[in-house]
Amino acid sequence: MDLRTTGAPPDARERQAVDSVLGPPESGWAGGERTPGDGRAAAGGLARARRRRQVLLPALHALQDRVGWISLPALGYLCQRLDLAPAEAYGVASAYALFSFEPGPPVVVHVCDDVACRAACGGDPAAVLAARVGPAGSGATLTWQPSPCLGHCEHGSAALVLETGEPGARMTLAPFAAGDIERIRSLGGSLGGALDPDVLPAPRAIVPQAAGEGLRILRRVGRIDPASIDAYRAAGGYEALRRALQLGPAGVIGELKESKLLGRGGAAFPTGTKWEAVARNPARPHYFVANADESEPGTFKDRVLIDHDPYAVVEALTVAGLTTGAEQGFVYVRGEYPLAVARLEHAAAEARSRGLLGEDVMGSGLRFDLEVRRGAGAYIAGEETALFNSIEGRRPEPRNKPPYPVDRGLFDKPTGVNNVETLLSVLEVLTVGGGAYARLGTPESTGTRLFCLSGRVVRPGLYELEMGTTLRALLTMGGGVAGGRPLRAVLLGGAAGSFVGPDELDLPLSFEGVRAAGATLGSGVVVVLDDTVDVADIVRRVARFFRDESCGQCVPCRVGTQRQEEALGRLAAGRPLGSLDAELALLSDLDAVMRDASICGLGQTASSLVASALRRGLLSPAHGGPGAGPVADGRSAI
Amino acid sequence: MTTIAPVAFRRTVELTIDGRAVTAREGATVLEACRAAGVEIPTLCYLETLTPVNVCRVCVVEVEGGRALVPACSRPVAAGMVVRTDSDRVRTSRRMVLELLASSVDLSTAAGDVHRWIGEYGARPERHGPSAPAAPTRPHAGHHAEPEVGSAATVVQPVKRDNNLYVRDYAKCILCYKCVEACGEDAQNTFAIAVAGRGFDAHISTELDVALPESACVYCGNCIGVCPTGALMFVTEHDLRATGDWDEDRQAVTRTVCPYCGVGCNLEVHVQDDRIVKVTSPLDHDVTSGNLCVKGRFGFAYVEASG
Ligand SMILES: Cc1cc2nc3c(=O)[nH]c(=O)nc-3n(C[C@H](O)[C@H](O)[C@H](O)COP(=O)(O)O)c2cc1C
Ligand code: SF4
Ligand code: SF4
Ligand code: SF4
Ligand code: FES
Ligand code: FES
Repeated sequence: MDLRTTGAPPDARERQAVDSVLGPPESGWAGGERTPGDGRAAAGGLARARRRRQVLLPALHALQDRVGWISLPALGYLCQRLDLAPAEAYGVASAYALFSFEPGPPVVVHVCDDVACRAACGGDPAAVLAARVGPAGSGATLTWQPSPCLGHCEHGSAALVLETGEPGARMTLAPFAAGDIERIRSLGGSLGGALDPDVLPAPRAIVPQAAGEGLRILRRVGRIDPASIDAYRAAGGYEALRRALQLGPAGVIGELKESKLLGRGGAAFPTGTKWEAVARNPARPHYFVANADESEPGTFKDRVLIDHDPYAVVEALTVAGLTTGAEQGFVYVRGEYPLAVARLEHAAAEARSRGLLGEDVMGSGLRFDLEVRRGAGAYIAGEETALFNSIEGRRPEPRNKPPYPVDRGLFDKPTGVNNVETLLSVLEVLTVGGGAYARLGTPESTGTRLFCLSGRVVRPGLYELEMGTTLRALLTMGGGVAGGRPLRAVLLGGAAGSFVGPDELDLPLSFEGVRAAGATLGSGVVVVLDDTVDVADIVRRVARFFRDESCGQCVPCRVGTQRQEEALGRLAAGRPLGSLDAELALLSDLDAVMRDASICGLGQTASSLVASALRRGLLSPAHGGPGAGPVADGRSAI
Repeated sequence: MTTIAPVAFRRTVELTIDGRAVTAREGATVLEACRAAGVEIPTLCYLETLTPVNVCRVCVVEVEGGRALVPACSRPVAAGMVVRTDSDRVRTSRRMVLELLASSVDLSTAAGDVHRWIGEYGARPERHGPSAPAAPTRPHAGHHAEPEVGSAATVVQPVKRDNNLYVRDYAKCILCYKCVEACGEDAQNTFAIAVAGRGFDAHISTELDVALPESACVYCGNCIGVCPTGALMFVTEHDLRATGDWDEDRQAVTRTVCPYCGVGCNLEVHVQDDRIVKVTSPLDHDVTSGNLCVKGRFGFAYVEASG
C-alpha cells in the first residue's frame, strides 16, 4: 500500500490524544522523531496494519473527546501510526454521528426529539427548545442539536451533554428541561464536577414493579450498589458462573436448549443453538460479543441493566465465553451511554482483580477477558455484522450473509453475539435450570421479557413480565393512560415495529402472539399514544430516523428511505404529487423494494411502521394526520 | 453408511431457472448460471474483475424458500435451487431500484444498458417530483434538512476538476463501490478514495474531501476504467462532451501494447479527429484485467505535450 498522509504535523493536543490510545510512537516511521537508528527497515507490514486497525475507533474517540474535532493533520498522524490510508479512516469516521470534522463550541448538548419523548412532551421537543434558546447549531461556547432516542425514554425527555477537553465531561440529563441549557451555559467552562453523572433519578422510577412481583433479571436493579462486587456476590452474583463451570460447555448448552430461550435482540434466534454452533466450530480463535448498542427508538432496557447491574453483564459474558471456547469478549456499548461504559469498565476491573476475569477464571484454569468498546452514534452498528466491522475499524456496514457470524464473524472468526437481555436471561436459566425456565411464559416463548413502557402512561419504566402476558395487563401495571385520556394506539416493537389499536389490548406479548397479529416484539418497546398525540408526526419522525441511520450501502434503503420521508412530507402538507392514490401506490412500491431487496434488517423494516399506520388509517386527518397539528394540552416536560 | 460421491458429480449442481433445468459449476454464482442459460440479469455494481459488493440490488432474483430476494451476482448456486428471474416481486424491485437511481442521479452518460432497462422495467423517476437544488453543505451523519415539500433530493453537486487528467462528477455517481475497490484491495492498493458519510449522503471521497493532488492518488485511472456512469472521466472526454463534440461514431479504437515498460499491458486507444481522447484497457486481459498505470493511461498527454 502506498501510504501517503498530509505533510502538516498535528498539534500537541492532537498528538497526545492519539498517543493516549496508541502509546508513544516507536520510531520516526510511525510518526515519532526520526533517529539515525530508524534506518530503512520495514515497519511490520500488512498483517500488523490489519491488527492495529481495530484501535481506529478508540483513537478517533480520543481526538473527539479531547480536541473536539478531527482535523486533517490529526487524521494524518493517526493514520501514520496505524499504517492506514487517510481516505479509509475518514470513510469510517464520517459514518458516525458523534465525530466532527470542523471545530465547534466546547459544549454540545444532544437533545432527544424522538418518538417516546415527542409523545410524552405533547409535541416536538426540539421545536420547543429552539423557540426558547435559539436554533440548533448556534452558540460560541455551547450549542445544541436534535438527537435520535437517547435511551432514557422513561423520563419523557433526555439530553446528552458532551464537553470537550481533558478531562472533559460526558453525561446524560434525564429528565431534561429547556432551562438546563441556560443552567449549563451559566456554568461557563468546565462542567466536570458541576453536573454529577451519578445524580440519576431514583431507580424506583425506572423499575416501577416491586421486588416481590416476579422480578428475575431485574431483581437487583436499584437494590444493590452497582459499583460493589461484594454487593453483587451477596445478592447471588457469580453463582451462575460457578454452576456453568460445574456443568461444562456441553451441560450449559444442554440447559439452554432445554430452556428454549430465544434471543431478545430482535431476530428471536435460539440461544442454545447459536452457542453450540460457535462451540463446535473447529476454527480458532473464537470471540463472543455482548451487543449493547441499543439504539432502537423507545428502547432503554439494556442501559438500565448495565447502569444498575453491570457485574451481571460481565458474569454472563464470561459464561458465554467459557462455554463457546472464546477467550476474548467484547461489550459494544452505544456511544451515547457514558455511564454504562464507566460502570462496565469498573465492573470488569474489579472482576479481574478478584480472579473472575483473566488467566484463570474462578480457579478453573480457563482464560477469558473482555474489552468495552464505545460506539459513536450509528444505529446500524447494532446489526451484528456491522458491529463486527465497527470493532475492526471498518465502516459500520452490514455484511452479506451467509457466511453467518458463527462461522465467520469478528475478525472473520467464529463469533457468538447476544443482546444484553439475552445474556442476563442465560444467568436466570442457569440459576433456575433449563426445565424450570421453560415452564415460564408460553410453550413457544419461554421465560420473561423486558418491556420499555413510555409515552403517555402514568408509570413509565422498565417492566419484566412473563412471556404471554397481555398488553392490557402491562398498561394496567403502568397505571393506564396519563390523565385518563382515551388511547389512540400503542407503538409496539420500536421504529421497526407496528401500531396496535385500543381494540387489540388482549394481545398476548409473546413471539407467536404478536406474530399472529402481524406485529413484532422487537426490542420490547411499548410507547403509549393517547388522543392528543399526532400519530402522523410520530410516523414522520420514524421515517426521518431511518433516513438518517441507513448506512447507505444499498440502493433500496439509501434512496428509498429518502423518498419515503419526502412522500410522507407531501402527505402531511396536503400536497400530494398527482393524486392521493398515486402517493399511496408510491409508498407501497417503496415498501416492496425496501422489504424485498435491501441487504439488512434496517432497510427491510424501514417501511413497517408507515405500512402499519396506513393499514389502520392512522395517517388520516381525524387521527392527527395532515391538518390536525400538535396539541397544546397534556404535560409538557420541556 | 456414507457414500463417497464421484468427483465429477461434486463439481456441478442442478438447479431450476425460470422453470428450466440447468446445470452449473459448483461455486458459480446465480448470475453466472443465468448468463450461461441465456437469461439476462441487469447488473450495476458487479464486474468480473472485482469482488462482488452486492449493493445496487438491481440483479435480485427470487429463490424459492427464501424470505427476501437475493442478489444473483454474489449468491452461489446450490443443488435443487429454484430461481425465478421474472416474477412480479423481482420486476417490482428492479423497477424501483432503477427508478430510485434515475430520480437521484444524473445517468446521462451511463452505459446504454441502463437506459434500456429503465424502459423495459417501466421505471418512472419523475413521479418522485422535480429535482431539489443542490444542498449548500453536505449534512453531517445523522442529520439532514428535508428538501422543500414536493421536490426530490438528488446527489447533484459541482464537478470536481482539480487536476489535468480526469474529472470527478459525483452528480453522476450511483455509489457502486467499483472505483473504491479498483483503487484499493482489488487492483491498485493505493486507497486514495473511500465511501464516506452515510445514508443518502454517502459519497466517494478522499480524506476530508481534499483535492486529488493532495491525496494519495497516483493517477492510474483504474477507477475511471470501472466507473459505469461516466462520473469519472478523462478531461479530454469531459471537455469534448461539454462543447458537444464528443462523437463515438467518429472514433477509432486501436488495441496496442503499452510502450512504456516491459509488462506488456494492453491498451485500447480511442482516437477522434487524429487526437487521442481516452485510453482504456481490456478487462479480459489475463495479466492486467483492465488496469494500467499513469503512463499507460495518461501517457498520451505527455506524447502530445512533447510532440
Ligand atoms: C438495524 C439493526 C439494528 C440492530 N440493533 C441491535 C441492537 O442495538 N442490539 C441488539 O442486541 N441487537 C440489535 N440487532 C440485532 C442483531 O443483529 C443480532 O440479531 C442480535 O444482537 C443477536 O442477539 P440475540 O440472539 O441475543 O437476539 C439489530 C439488527 C438490525 C438489523
Ligand atoms: S438496508 Fe440500509 S442499513 Fe442495511 S445495508 Fe442496506 S443501506 Fe445499509
Ligand atoms: S486514479 Fe488510481 S490512484 Fe487515483 S483514485 Fe483512481 S484508482 Fe485511485
Ligand atoms: S464514481 Fe463511478 S465507480 Fe465510483 S462509485 Fe460512483 S459510479 Fe461507481
Ligand atoms: S430518550 Fe427520547 S425517545 Fe428515547
Ligand atoms: S449487480 Fe448484484 S447487487 Fe449490484
